[in-house]
Amino acid sequence: MRKFLALSITMAVSGASIAATNITWWHAMGGQLGDTVNKISSDFNAAQEACTIEPVYKGSYEELLTSGVAAFRAKQAPNIIQVYDAGAATIINAKGAVIPVTDLFAEADVAFDEDDYIAGVRNFYADSDGKMIGMPFNSSTPILYYNKDALAEAGVEPPKTWEDFETIAPKLKEAGYIGFSQSHTPWIFAENFHSRHNLQLADEANGYDAPATHILYNNPDMKMHFSKLKEWKDNGYYGYYGEGWGDNQTPFEKGEVAMWLGSSGSFGGVKEKAEFDFGTTYLPYWNSINDGKEYNTFIGGAALFAFNGYGKEQNACTASFFKFLSQSDTQAFWHKETGYVPITNAAYDLVKSEGYYDEEPAAETGILQLNQSGGEWTKGYRLGFYPQIREVMRREFTKFFNGDVSVDDAFATIESESDKLLARFAQTVKE
Amino acid sequence: MKKNTFKHSPLPYLLIAPQMVIIAVFFVWPAIQSVNLSFYLEDPFGLSSTFVGLQNYRETLTNDFYYRSVRFTAIFSTLVTFFSLAIALLLAVKADNIIRARSTYKILIIWPYAVAPAVAGLLAVFLFDSHVGPLYALFNQLWAFDHKLDPFDASLAVILVAVWKQVSVNFVYFMAGLQSIPQAVKEASTIDCQSGFKRFWTITFPLLAPTTFFLLVINITYAFFETFAIIDTLTRGRPGGETTTLVYKVYQDGFLGADLGGSSAQSVILMVFVMILTVIQFRFIEKKIHY
Repeated sequence: MRKFLALSITMAVSGASIAATNITWWHAMGGQLGDTVNKISSDFNAAQEACTIEPVYKGSYEELLTSGVAAFRAKQAPNIIQVYDAGAATIINAKGAVIPVTDLFAEADVAFDEDDYIAGVRNFYADSDGKMIGMPFNSSTPILYYNKDALAEAGVEPPKTWEDFETIAPKLKEAGYIGFSQSHTPWIFAENFHSRHNLQLADEANGYDAPATHILYNNPDMKMHFSKLKEWKDNGYYGYYGEGWGDNQTPFEKGEVAMWLGSSGSFGGVKEKAEFDFGTTYLPYWNSINDGKEYNTFIGGAALFAFNGYGKEQNACTASFFKFLSQSDTQAFWHKETGYVPITNAAYDLVKSEGYYDEEPAAETGILQLNQSGGEWTKGYRLGFYPQIREVMRREFTKFFNGDVSVDDAFATIESESDKLLARFAQTVKE
Repeated sequence: MKKNTFKHSPLPYLLIAPQMVIIAVFFVWPAIQSVNLSFYLEDPFGLSSTFVGLQNYRETLTNDFYYRSVRFTAIFSTLVTFFSLAIALLLAVKADNIIRARSTYKILIIWPYAVAPAVAGLLAVFLFDSHVGPLYALFNQLWAFDHKLDPFDASLAVILVAVWKQVSVNFVYFMAGLQSIPQAVKEASTIDCQSGFKRFWTITFPLLAPTTFFLLVINITYAFFETFAIIDTLTRGRPGGETTTLVYKVYQDGFLGADLGGSSAQSVILMVFVMILTVIQFRFIEKKIHY
């Protein structure tokens, strides 16, 4: 009895001393990524006493956004939700659903400078004036992975441009390899294709100024690129293994294709599975379109958003967690553990000064590419119902590669179906 | 005509009340909600909604891809229903004739019923994996099988898994149906008719008709709705959207795409379609059945 009494007293006392403000964070980081997220959260909890963050894994990006939407409608929203690139328009256009990061910091009196963040990362989740709405978290960008052994066997160098690729592809084929495969065609060959070549991809300034109603994918450059891809596929230079991410990554890891276009965030995974020496380089571009100039790609991955409707105390905790996430050592840890790019220049400098890229030069490619010179159309895009637009593209691309539809028909369908979706979304947005 | 009414206690109503409450909460209420939502265009977070009348229906019914998934759903449900009934009936008749180790066979056939559709889909993902899957290897030897790129092969794969999953349930019912046929009838038919094949079609099958009809309804519902998990894990409606059933499309647009108005319209259309199908079944097919 006395023991019990003592215990309850201790509990009461300690309970009073940790009257911390609790905030929740819903994310989609499973497996090893989830462990890293949990580690960062517990570090945050240990670093200060005022706030306690609880990370909750909610499944895939799509499932997470769905649960977030449902929770918000039921007035049970978490403080922080992670939203992926294609869902950015959904959450940003829902006026009042989230507090812009800039306002969140201002309200909590936390010093914050938008210019600390890497440009390619910062712009994606900002409004047209550059005000940050979402807090960049896990950002990646498409890069080219190459099998060093395969390239050496064929006696070729990794291509800088698609023109280069055309010259090395026959040699790779002769050496017994399919030139390349790539995962996530909409992300790499539609969205980032436009950024890499500084091409506009939708009206209303890629959807930043107002909800876009017209998609510009049905253009000669895209059609040229896809006609080439089909030609390469028929010649055995390009492998298209399906619409799933892994379908196209596995043949690279098995050494069947010599190069793979994937995410800079796949670095850790490839390293674990590939039994050969591999390197990474920038995403190739068409010299014929760019005239020798290179443009940055933009990011994929996800950002964190702070839901509206919480009191000052909780918002202050969210702000201080965001601040903690942006710290160089947190970012450096995240970057090294996962392969996602660091989101601030300072974190990047820290990792560089530690000599990490001397050991792992392949891990730096994504950041360097994001930091390449920008153009008018390289900031990102903001398109409503974009997850469905991507699904339309996947569908049409598969049919095109299967030879069921012509390049003109495929892009005409993409254009008309996307425009319908965009128009529907525009109708849901009220100023 | 004089109507006779009998007095009875409120007990029966009381006893079915829990079931009625469940139906009201989990079916009637959501159904009303989705009919309501289908006339609106709403942003995902529910901050603003606009009444758009029949626009959602119009857009659904003018979309080519919607008709592709109607077609796939029709073919898919027909094949899944037919094969899972036919195979189950064949297995049940054979198992009924076996005297020795009958229960062992029964258990083996019933087993897949314990597998959840999502798990069945996951199993299939492994079986059809292009690097380690034995079924992939088998089919690939027969022709250039590739369910990641070829719509026919992908359809074949989902149909195969959906049928495999459903055969066991049908088997249980058919087995019970066969065992409820009186021994005297069986003996009489054996004396009258020499051919086992003829005996089956003239005596056994008509006696099984009520079971078959019940299973037909159950199986069509299964093919329409419960195969969702198999499709989600195995093909996700791919390739080229060619294995997208209507239910999967509702999920894609409503849950993944957050287009609530559009997907509500689709689900209302689906609901009406299933109602019509049910009416047809009960009006025309059931008439041919003698209980």
